[in-house]
Amino acid sequence: MPDAKVAKLLRRALPANCVVTDAAGVKPFETDGLTAIRQTPWLVALPQDVAQVRAVLRICREHGVPVVTRGAGTGLSGGARPLPDGVLLVLSKLNSIRDVDPTSCTATVAPGVTNLAISEAAAPFGLYYAPDPSSQIACSIGGNVAENSGGVHCLKYGLTVHNVLGVTVQTYEGDELVLGGRTLESPGYDLLAAMIGSEGMLGVVTEVIVRLLPTPPAKRVLLAAYDDVQAAGDAVSGIIAAGIVPAGLEMMDALAIRAAEDFTGAGYPRDAAAILLCEIDGNAAQLGADAERVQEVLEAHGARSVRVATSAAEQAELWRGRKAAFPAAGRLAPDYYCVDGTIPRAQLGTVLRRIGELSEALGLAVANVFHAGDGNLHPLILYDASVEGELERAEALGGQILTLCVEAGGTITGEHGVGVEKLDQMCTQFGDGELAQFHRLKAAFDPAGLMNPGKAVPTLARCAELGGMHVHGGEVPFPHLDRL
Amino acid sequence: MAAGKDDAPALVAAVQESVATGTPLAIAGHGSKAFLGKAGANAVLSTSDHMGIIDYRPSELVVTARAGTPLVELAEALAAQGQMLPFDPPRFGGKGTLGGAIAAGLAGPSRPWLGGVRDAVLGVEIVNGVGERLRFGGSVIKNVAGYDVSRLMVGARGTLGVILSASVRVLPLPDMEQTVAIDCDAAAAGRRTTAWLRQPLPITGTCFVDGRLRARLAGHEAAVEAAAAVLEMQPDETGPAFWDAVRDHAHAFFAGAERLDRLTLPRGAACPHDDALIEWGGCQAWLRRPAEAPAGGTVARFRGPDSPASASRASPALEKYQRRIKDAFDPQNLLNPGLSPVTTPP
Repeated sequence: MPDAKVAKLLRRALPANCVVTDAAGVKPFETDGLTAIRQTPWLVALPQDVAQVRAVLRICREHGVPVVTRGAGTGLSGGARPLPDGVLLVLSKLNSIRDVDPTSCTATVAPGVTNLAISEAAAPFGLYYAPDPSSQIACSIGGNVAENSGGVHCLKYGLTVHNVLGVTVQTYEGDELVLGGRTLESPGYDLLAAMIGSEGMLGVVTEVIVRLLPTPPAKRVLLAAYDDVQAAGDAVSGIIAAGIVPAGLEMMDALAIRAAEDFTGAGYPRDAAAILLCEIDGNAAQLGADAERVQEVLEAHGARSVRVATSAAEQAELWRGRKAAFPAAGRLAPDYYCVDGTIPRAQLGTVLRRIGELSEALGLAVANVFHAGDGNLHPLILYDASVEGELERAEALGGQILTLCVEAGGTITGEHGVGVEKLDQMCTQFGDGELAQFHRLKAAFDPAGLMNPGKAVPTLARCAELGGMHVHGGEVPFPHLDRL
Repeated sequence: MAAGKDDAPALVAAVQESVATGTPLAIAGHGSKAFLGKAGANAVLSTSDHMGIIDYRPSELVVTARAGTPLVELAEALAAQGQMLPFDPPRFGGKGTLGGAIAAGLAGPSRPWLGGVRDAVLGVEIVNGVGERLRFGGSVIKNVAGYDVSRLMVGARGTLGVILSASVRVLPLPDMEQTVAIDCDAAAAGRRTTAWLRQPLPITGTCFVDGRLRARLAGHEAAVEAAAAVLEMQPDETGPAFWDAVRDHAHAFFAGAERLDRLTLPRGAACPHDDALIEWGGCQAWLRRPAEAPAGGTVARFRGPDSPASASRASPALEKYQRRIKDAFDPQNLLNPGLSPVTTPP
């Protein structure tokens, strides 16, 4: 536990009520969106401006206290899990939109601004911020930078890394770095790319410049129902192969469809094995032709029905079930565990079948809701934490699904990050050489190793202890052996 | 295209040899961008034999190819499936490899609309400066496992690792392209291109040169026609050849050995120079004479008769971290030492 004098120094550096140490006060910060993992912080600091952030970092540096940065606390991999002997640096009070500039189509915002607030501020200019993670109403842009957040429109509009032009970073050593900016090229190494998705391990982001895009003039949403999951998966590849890049392309399986329908009554076919929800947008002149092409592909792959929504009201209705899929799944069982992995699109059918087999073997149901267009799976493992051993079985099943993703040529996390949740799976995806390189990269920014220690990249010792199988770029050792 | 050749073991061995003996390496593909600077080493490590497509499934919108794969051959293989690289990499003298394109980080006219090299790179395999063969990223679009080392390689000019192969995102070729043009001065061109940022137009390139602003429209025929009507510009028959010439610096503007300076400008700024070639919706301009750095932007020598490219410098704080990044990948400063963006400590 750090010296009491550190708390005193922090109280002196920050306004009243911005340092919390009492048990009741720190309790709400014990977990982020991954609620299975809990830890109360030693101290919570809630600075109100950048100077106060720098003061917190200085005091921590001078006393060797580790720092965990937290945005809105919506992260799903425990990346903001506090330390019992560390400071939790909460940036939610840095929430001003400094500038929305319709000339350069950029916005300059503080890290605590919510994702949705940026689009709302840009809307009067006919502009918006493209990445839209499902938590966009609550999640902060600083957290989006830390996780390289995606959303349902990544396939066409990219992730955070494609839409953030620049960030200002405070390092643990006390330097302020301005990375990127409004120009398209910056001198030297692309440290902006290293910073985005670095899970708070390299520095504290205190300002973000984002690119704003013109709101698409028109949209169409198509809903296709399939009697066979494989056929739906193949239709996804078919749409891309036909030269169309949809704005969103989502898939739900039978269990997820029925749950969403019970919850929202969005009008999904309850007896379908899978549905695809395809949104295309763009120039009104092009849209009609694209919609026809998509419909042809959906039908050619055996869709038993295709609904096309042209009005905004109809489109919202079709999206309603998908957007409520997670809370809907929450009604199927007392608890669910949301897995996040990515696979090549062509493997969708196969991987879903294997997930079904794994689910049966472990006796836990899995509802599948996912961003099919970019192969990003979100299997929801249903369990009951009050039944002894079910949480452990759910976590084991999640781990097996992620190994399956790596074997299929994909990755252990598409958009939720590694945090503490997936440290073991990192040993599956990477070898010692890569992990050691990650540690050296981290040390370049944070030689003391006190920014969010213990997250995102496992130690080599941990991987050695696990003795886990390292799957190299989809090449499984002994591929002829069945692994179920 | 040819099946290719896997020369990776030899490349890895060569770097390990260099590590053992402390001999710096000059990494070269086709040498098409040699004018950008001197590698500062006598021993040449050529990646040009390490070539060929490793994996290409058009429905995944991703291609994985070895570093020495010629850009021209890669483009042909993609076009056969109705696809293309999004970032229009320059092929100086008709040459250039995938590895070179990534290492140089140079993108062509489509940069602001379809993304730069960094936006397309999804994964790389490299040999770092301690001779380790490492793989980062992957071949899927959404992937947040580990730090984004793949994108760190873009524009690093080989100084953080020898790129062995890369997975890059590809896009469908547009149904059609049309070029429209209008005669105007640089200021008027700037006003137009800035206004276009705010409109959802199917633009994939702009270029002002010699008192004429051109825009490349790409997409479905109906969308292109609708956009052409909105822009109130005239069809320009010089079309595809013009954009290739701008991209490859084969346009008359780039002819001759006199100095060529590259200006980067912030989004929405207007480049005032009527004698410049201005592209990227006003974010990049070229000049054949000295000029002040634009407000909020940079100017740097790209090539010249007596001096190689000069890089614009990072701030001192930033340079400290840049140097540490270099040390984290290549502690002995063996890879293209002369091209490192950070000063080597004495």
